[in-house]
Amino acid sequence: MSTAFPQDSVGLVTPQVLHFAEPLSLASGRTLANYDLIYETYGELNAARSNAVLICHALSGHHHAAGYHSAEDRKPGWWDSCIGPGKAIDTNRFFVVSLNNLGGCNGSTGPSSINPETGKPFGADFPVMTVECWVHSQARLADALGIEQWAAVVGGSLGGMQAMQWTISYPERVRHCVAIASAPKLSAQNIAFNEVARQAILTDPEFHGGHFQEQGVIPKRGLMLARMVGHITYLSDDAMGEKFGRGLKSEKLNYDFHSVEFQVESYLRYQGEEFSGRFDANTYLLMTKALDYFDPAAANDGDLAKTLAKAQADFCVISFTTDWRFSPQRSREIVDALTSARKNLCYLEIDAPQGHDAFLMPIPRYLQAFSSYMNRITL
Amino acid sequence: MRADLDIIQDWIPAGSRVLDLGCGNGELLAWLRDNKQVFGYGLEIDPDNIAECVDKGVNVIEQDLDKGLGNFADGSFDVVVMTQALQAVHFPDRILKEMLRVGKTCVITFPNFGHWRCRWYLATKGRMPVSDFLPYTWYNTPNIHFCTFEDFERLCLEQQATILERLAVDRDHRHGWASKILPNLLGEIGIYRVSGHSAMNRTS
Repeated sequence: MSTAFPQDSVGLVTPQVLHFAEPLSLASGRTLANYDLIYETYGELNAARSNAVLICHALSGHHHAAGYHSAEDRKPGWWDSCIGPGKAIDTNRFFVVSLNNLGGCNGSTGPSSINPETGKPFGADFPVMTVECWVHSQARLADALGIEQWAAVVGGSLGGMQAMQWTISYPERVRHCVAIASAPKLSAQNIAFNEVARQAILTDPEFHGGHFQEQGVIPKRGLMLARMVGHITYLSDDAMGEKFGRGLKSEKLNYDFHSVEFQVESYLRYQGEEFSGRFDANTYLLMTKALDYFDPAAANDGDLAKTLAKAQADFCVISFTTDWRFSPQRSREIVDALTSARKNLCYLEIDAPQGHDAFLMPIPRYLQAFSSYMNRITL
Repeated sequence: MRADLDIIQDWIPAGSRVLDLGCGNGELLAWLRDNKQVFGYGLEIDPDNIAECVDKGVNVIEQDLDKGLGNFADGSFDVVVMTQALQAVHFPDRILKEMLRVGKTCVITFPNFGHWRCRWYLATKGRMPVSDFLPYTWYNTPNIHFCTFEDFERLCLEQQATILERLAVDRDHRHGWASKILPNLLGEIGIYRVSGHSAMNRTS
């Protein structure tokens, strides 16, 4: 059956679930008594246990980063362009671990899971997570898998923030940190977009204060709007222009407000529609909060260099020219802090028209540099 | 190693911190790291060069020199190196000033437009010099700010920089008697070690 998959694919993969019974203390002061983490692995852990790579996902990501769950899957995992035999994260060399973060809605404990105390879904009662909380939970997963030190922790966007946090929270457990299309903290504009998304969800009559599951409904409208706003920030003006321009869906203008006229409207509605059917509204709220709260330098009066000084990892920082959500300037803030802290690093600013989403795309220069960096990691 | 780099490495103390502006394929930094325990960063904008740096494990930062060195603190490097890039930047005066600010000493190499062959070419043909060594025509050359040794030394004077060492060499980086007697006429490439006014104050 595996012959049906492309040569450079990890092929058929099966997610696994680990239960953690030890309570996890959270940044909010609350505690998660016990929880599940769902994850996938690709490649083989070597005898020295020195070839493990952790993949951290972004806002709407999950554990299924590469390969296929069945021969019928139309699409592989979300980062299949970068993970597989011979790819940037070469599964012939590395043992790759990819999980769904706590608070997610793809199998790890989150707002849509059953709260053991009440027997009902957590809903709005699920504690707010931070990037730091996630990293602590990921460290527990590493312990369970017998991984003392990651060869690399890798992530794009919110995933890049987790990779950076790893080097701060567990400096001795990370040899390389790859932060792609990321930022050291959100700007006011970033937070503003997140707030619009949250308000869309919170004000949906079907939201029911976050306990919509018990009512047997979902705040579809709100989630759809949130995704539509988010999606605009993932693409560049050029990418949208190239893809849709002012192209019309209808034959002519209708001079009304209900018809889908422009291609871009149709695309956004489709994206929103599709997303609202598969994603949990409470998870979306939680993910945006984790983004907003991320600011590791705050503990050192905003001094990022001082914050990263304790990191023992080498860094690879990559940005994309048309990314306006986390622009190259934001990556340069990370780079400047790293040079001040005298860390080994390489920084690339990839010329790409795709905007923030570029980190998921097979852009030749990006993949080549990413591969080169990963290939020189000694195991 | 490239001949000019071989001369330069002699001017870089073991164990020092080096910033290499326009570091190319990272050859100098890799050599200094492996042979002199130098910790350095290279700035580069050419994608192929950056890729080679990544391959070599050289610390490379994609950064345009024309945008300055504002992200580096005063005196944060022992040596700031810039080889064969002075004539290619938009603001050679600004970059020199920045180098003097960031580095305790600076090493700069550039082609000498006052070399007799350039002068002869311009005098006899009345056209901008083109040679094997500088093979571009005026409209497509990346070298947009040519200067002579004399010009460069005046710029150093204006910026109150001290010239600590000067070597005039030919295109094969030999420094014979000719380029010692009449460097601005007979030297093809200048290799300078300079230090900024503030750096001198700091160390004194």
